[in-house]
Amino acid sequence: MYLRHGTFSYLPELTEDEVAAQIRYALGNGWPVSIEYTDDPHPRNVYWELWGLPMFDLAEPDAVLREILDCRAAFPQYYVRVLAYDARLGRQTTALSFLVQRPSREPGFRLARTEAHDRVQRYAVQPYATQAPPGARYEAP
Amino acid sequence: MTGGFAMRPAEPAVEEVLDAAALVDLNADETSLRARAVLAEFDRDMVGLAGVKRRLAEIAALLVVRRARARFGLSDRKPSLHMSFTGGPGTGKTTVALRMAEMLHALGYLRTQRVVVVTRDDLVGQFIGHTAPKTKEAIARAAGGVLFIDEAYYLHRPENERDYGQEAVEILLQEMESERGSLAVIFAGYADRMEAFLSSNPGLSSRVAHHIHFDDYTHDELVRIGELMLARDDYRFDPDARPAFRSYVELRTAMPRFANARSIRNALERCRLRQATRLAAAPGPVSRADLITLTEADVRGSSVFARGS
Repeated sequence: MYLRHGTFSYLPELTEDEVAAQIRYALGNGWPVSIEYTDDPHPRNVYWELWGLPMFDLAEPDAVLREILDCRAAFPQYYVRVLAYDARLGRQTTALSFLVQRPSREPGFRLARTEAHDRVQRYAVQPYATQAPPGARYEAP
Repeated sequence: MTGGFAMRPAEPAVEEVLDAAALVDLNADETSLRARAVLAEFDRDMVGLAGVKRRLAEIAALLVVRRARARFGLSDRKPSLHMSFTGGPGTGKTTVALRMAEMLHALGYLRTQRVVVVTRDDLVGQFIGHTAPKTKEAIARAAGGVLFIDEAYYLHRPENERDYGQEAVEILLQEMESERGSLAVIFAGYADRMEAFLSSNPGLSSRVAHHIHFDDYTHDELVRIGELMLARDDYRFDPDARPAFRSYVELRTAMPRFANARSIRNALERCRLRQATRLAAAPGPVSRADLITLTEADVRGSSVFARGS
C-alpha cells in the first residue's frame, strides 16, 4: 500500500525543484526546517528520529536539500520527511510536513481485533513492517 | 499501488536551440540590459577604481556572451565566479562585492543578491570537529548568493600546522568545486598577504578565476569621494572649506593608519561634529544654509593640522 503521510500526499511525487520551492516557502515564512526519518509507519508514531539538527537562519534551500540527500543516502529504505516549525507565539507547531522518501516496498497495515468484555471488539492497526526489528524492516529491493 | 522514492528526479528544462543562422542581439536581451544598468550605476556612484570597473565590465561581457552561446546550444560549462579582491583598507572591496552580487544576480548566475560577509571567526571552530559545521553553516547561509570572506588570509596560519583554518579552506574548496554549488566565493584582503595565502594552497589559486586589485585612491579622488559623501547626507563645503579639505587629505594620506574612503568618512563625521558644536554655541537663529554648510574652520579644526604645523 502507498502510505499517505503529511502534506502533498495525494499529489504526484514532488521533484527536487518542487521540494526546494516548498522549503523556500517555509524559510520565507521564518520556519526553521528539520529532517526526520523512521522505519515505523504507524500513524501514531509522531516522533521520528531527527537527522542532524533543525536548520536555522537559512534563506535558501540548498543546505536543506543537501541534508535530505545525505539522509536518503544513509537510510535508503526509510521514510524521510521534511518538517517546518512555526515558532510564533500562539502557533508553536509544525506548519508543514511532507515525505521526501519512502521505502520501495510498503507492505501496509494489519487490522488486529481483540475481544474485550461483553462481546466488545477492540481494533488496532499494526504495520506489517514492524514485525521485524528496527533497522531490518525494509529490505533493499 | 507501487511504492518508491518520494522525490522524482527533476525533469531537464527543455530550451529550444536557436538555428545556426539566427542572430542574437546582445544589447536587446533583458538580462544584459539589467546588468548594464547595474554597471552604469556603479560607474556613476564609485569614484576612481578604473581598473576594477574595467574588470567588472569584462566579467559582465563574458557572462552575457556565455548566455548567448548557450542559446545556440554551444558548449556550456559553468563559469567560475570565485574571485579575490585585494587592496588597501577602505578601497571599496565590500561595496564592490555588493555590486558584483547585484550584477551576477541580474545576469542570472546567482539566485539572490545577498552578500554574507564572514571572517575567520565565522568559519573556524575552537576545537576538533567544530570547524566543519561552522563553515558549512556559513556556506548554507550564503547559498545562492555571495560569500564574502574578509581578511581571508587569516584562514592560513603557517606558524601553526595544526590550525583549523586549513580545514575551513578544504571545505570551501569542496563547495567551490561542486557542480551543485550555487554561490560565488570572494576572498578579500590586503594584496601582499593575500598573495601568500593564495600561494599557500595550489588548489585555491587555481579555483579563483578573477583576481581584482583595488588601487589606493589619489588625492583628487578622495576629495571627490568626500564631496559625494557630503552630498548624500545633504551637506556641502563652502568655497574656503574645499581647499582646506584638500590639504587635510594630503596631510592625512601621509599619516599612518590611513584607510582611504573610510578615513574620509570619519574625517567628515568629525567635521560635522565641529559644525554642530559651532552652531549650537552661536547666538541667534540659524538658517537652512547654515545647517548644510561646513566652513573652513570646521575642517581646519582637525588635529591633523595641529600635528602638521
